[in-house]
Amino acid sequence: MTDGITKVTSHTSPNEQLIFERSQQGRIGYRLPALDVEASPLDDLLPQEFQRDDDLEGMPEVSEVDVIRHFVRISTWNYSIDIGMYPLGSCTMKYNSRLNERVARIAEFANVHPLTAEHDAQGALQVIYELEQHLAEITGLPGVSLQPAAGAHGEMTGIMIIRAFLDARDGAAASGRRTMLIPDSAHGTNPASAHLSGFSVKTIRSTSEGLTDLDHLRELCSHGDVAGLMLTNPNTLGLFERNIKQICDIVHEARGLVYMDGANMNALVGIARPGDMGVDVIHLNLHKTFSTPHGGGGPGSGPCCCTSELEPFLPVPRIVKTDWTVGEPTFKLEYDRPKSIGRVKAFFGNYGMMLRALAYILTHGNDGLREATEAAVLNARYIANGLTSDYDKPFNSPPMHEVVFTDKRQSRKGVHTLDIAKRLIDYGFHPMTIYFPLIVQGAMLIEPTESVGRQELDQFIAAMRSIANEALEDPELVRNAPHSTRIGRLDEAAAARKPVLRWKP
Amino acid sequence: MLEAIGLKSAEELFDSIPQDLLLKRPLNTPAALSEIELLNRFERMGGRNAGARRPSFLGGGAYSHYIPTIVDHIISRSEFFTAYTPYQPEISQGTLQTIFEFQTLVCQLTGMEVANASMYDGSTALAEAVLMAERVTRRSKVIASTSVHPQYLEVVQTYVQHAGIDLEVVPFDAQTGQSSAALANAIDDHTAALVVQSPNFFGCVEDLSALADAAHEKGALLVVAITEAMSLGLLKSPGACGADIVVAEGQSFGVPLSFGGPYVGLFATREKYARQIPGRLVGEAYDKNGRRGFVLTLATREQHIRREKATSNICTNEGLIALAATVYLETMGRRGIQEAAHQCLQKAAYAARLIASLEGFSLPFSGPRFNEFVVRGPLDAAELLSRLGKVKGIEGGIPLWRFFSDRPNDFLVCVTEINSRDEIDALVEGLSEVSNW
Repeated sequence: MTDGITKVTSHTSPNEQLIFERSQQGRIGYRLPALDVEASPLDDLLPQEFQRDDDLEGMPEVSEVDVIRHFVRISTWNYSIDIGMYPLGSCTMKYNSRLNERVARIAEFANVHPLTAEHDAQGALQVIYELEQHLAEITGLPGVSLQPAAGAHGEMTGIMIIRAFLDARDGAAASGRRTMLIPDSAHGTNPASAHLSGFSVKTIRSTSEGLTDLDHLRELCSHGDVAGLMLTNPNTLGLFERNIKQICDIVHEARGLVYMDGANMNALVGIARPGDMGVDVIHLNLHKTFSTPHGGGGPGSGPCCCTSELEPFLPVPRIVKTDWTVGEPTFKLEYDRPKSIGRVKAFFGNYGMMLRALAYILTHGNDGLREATEAAVLNARYIANGLTSDYDKPFNSPPMHEVVFTDKRQSRKGVHTLDIAKRLIDYGFHPMTIYFPLIVQGAMLIEPTESVGRQELDQFIAAMRSIANEALEDPELVRNAPHSTRIGRLDEAAAARKPVLRWKP
Repeated sequence: MLEAIGLKSAEELFDSIPQDLLLKRPLNTPAALSEIELLNRFERMGGRNAGARRPSFLGGGAYSHYIPTIVDHIISRSEFFTAYTPYQPEISQGTLQTIFEFQTLVCQLTGMEVANASMYDGSTALAEAVLMAERVTRRSKVIASTSVHPQYLEVVQTYVQHAGIDLEVVPFDAQTGQSSAALANAIDDHTAALVVQSPNFFGCVEDLSALADAAHEKGALLVVAITEAMSLGLLKSPGACGADIVVAEGQSFGVPLSFGGPYVGLFATREKYARQIPGRLVGEAYDKNGRRGFVLTLATREQHIRREKATSNICTNEGLIALAATVYLETMGRRGIQEAAHQCLQKAAYAARLIASLEGFSLPFSGPRFNEFVVRGPLDAAELLSRLGKVKGIEGGIPLWRFFSDRPNDFLVCVTEINSRDEIDALVEGLSEVSNW
């Protein structure tokens, strides 16, 4: 069964220190041109009491080659998409095209200052405008702001828009409408974002099928205090909420609004649109669905898309196309939107990510966007199919782009989800998302994305089945994994008890 | 593959979506472009960014500094830019060790004791600092000077509008360009934090030690924002001045302008508040063989554990940009940061001296400055700078009327180590020439 699987992960340079420990007095890795203006005495320019007096002690003194070796060495301790499959459920680790990187580095975009006069930054504004248009078409929601810097930021923006809309619609009566409904399977950012917007959270149960419990939803909507619902669709179990229209109707009848967490939008692009389902506002993750790189934890970009009714509440400034008659279209910034929730970030958002996402949309084309969705779902189905004989699958419905399994069978032998994840490292794969969603005990959430072929899927399935076998025959082997990495499992509890958060001499 | 899972067509993959919700037409987005076509298209759009090709004196929260070549090389390595958040420490030590070094560098520069793994940018870091000050003090009033970057204040206002925090802004001192005496007087027993920026939006350095004393006297925290982080190479650190929370925009450290993002927010505070910090933290940890490694730690503050009771909703931060800043700071090193900061100060002083000597031009503020300063010209600043762009091909500054409508002739000029003396001289001559039309 393990034919073709090689247990490889080994780190070639195990002994690199912290840069501070490599520092040697007097070493330098840079050169600036000599100062070409007459220098004034420092004290004449800056009162002495405002001058730094610690001589930046402790900051590194190293050469350029020291820095290169330092980072190249520690980089080999990282797993990455370019090494192989990175099946983190709900994180959507798809290939990051080098072409998109090149686009983001075009000098006229990389060097344009955000406070450049509009007429000298028309190309920069055009990119924002065009990407907004495409995202509006993809989501079926015409109002788009690219200002939020990440998914959670887009969520906060969406929920603040709901709040502003309700306050404008209901006036003082809106103060009684401060409950946000969130399914128990939701990502933790949902309740945190709702809280930031001044809402209290009530949790909706999931059914045994893994879908939103409509009866519980109706009950929660019957008290007149519901501002809205935050729903992920497909949900975090990888299942499409097939009652979505009814769900939206129930919330709308209760005079609330529906926010959709677009973290899983990569299962829908080109297939179905949230705007057609009754959703009022959604955020997207350009770093998931539109393949901008995750960068070891960011930057992201979390556009917020909404109905035309909510559009006046989007953050300022807005980018608008002006009337033009000859030549190329022109764009300008509009600030005068009295209903806007305000600004959520300085300047215009994570612009470099917008360039990459627009390049992704343009190189895929409308057909390619749909094909990517189909491949992502097909791959997840293939894994679901390949693992059911060895792992417990808590929900029967066929999954969309990700599938959840549990450690139910393996835990009888004392092998748990964490162990399976760590053992997968020895087989050369990054682990799946573990212990999320919280409602599934010992959850293993697997999302292959469209960026893997059948051969690699087969290898992954073979690795998982091999681990299931090891859990039966040699559970200790799995419990002590990984065996091939530079360091073993780290004592996280001790690290949190007495945190050491910085180097000190 | 379809066959292997018992399906006949790709359509069947979506059987769980009700028929009436399926999009039964192709998306109305463009057809696929080849690499050549795509690059041509972006090059053409880029050609409409005239501002990007000119010598520039624009600052105001985003700065042009020299970026050593190796920064982009390192952040372009697959192992860094195509990795996810380091949730599996055994195969993420490259990212985790980088963040630990980043946190250390931020502490060293700001003079603080702990720093997090990054925020989205300086403006959102400031908003988070204000929310944290409310948590720490359990007080609800926040006082800020209007000499803080106007967009930062807008972001703070958005974040606090539903948090039960009352943001009070106090006008800056029109003589010095620094925060006014009224700022300290506005602090009372309900004040959670005093918020200032230094160097402030006008480039003036604030007297942080005095402001810290005033805040602490009433039991409030001093929150210091910095947009030009290069100033830390020369100015007394906010930590040494008594600040309680320091946030900064880290873009000056090796990050391209890129029309405003992605940048990286720095967030640092005192050790006693470590458990109130928003966002991710990396700490030292050991495996059973005693080998040192690094892990994400104190996660019980974060949204994936604490949900609505988390210290922030932030999840994805600016990992790769924090890496860029780390590579930059380590390459420039202790001496490089000092030298770059020194050159900024000297060149800005040179430019300010020459511009002030032009007929019709003056410097309205007397406060000490780092590398930015406000100039008052003889005519509408937007018009003056537009002429300068068209005729001389120089981006001469940022008109202040966008932020302060009562200052039509004022504009903000920024000079850094990349502006040569020739460029500065051309700016000065250009201003003189186009103001005499």
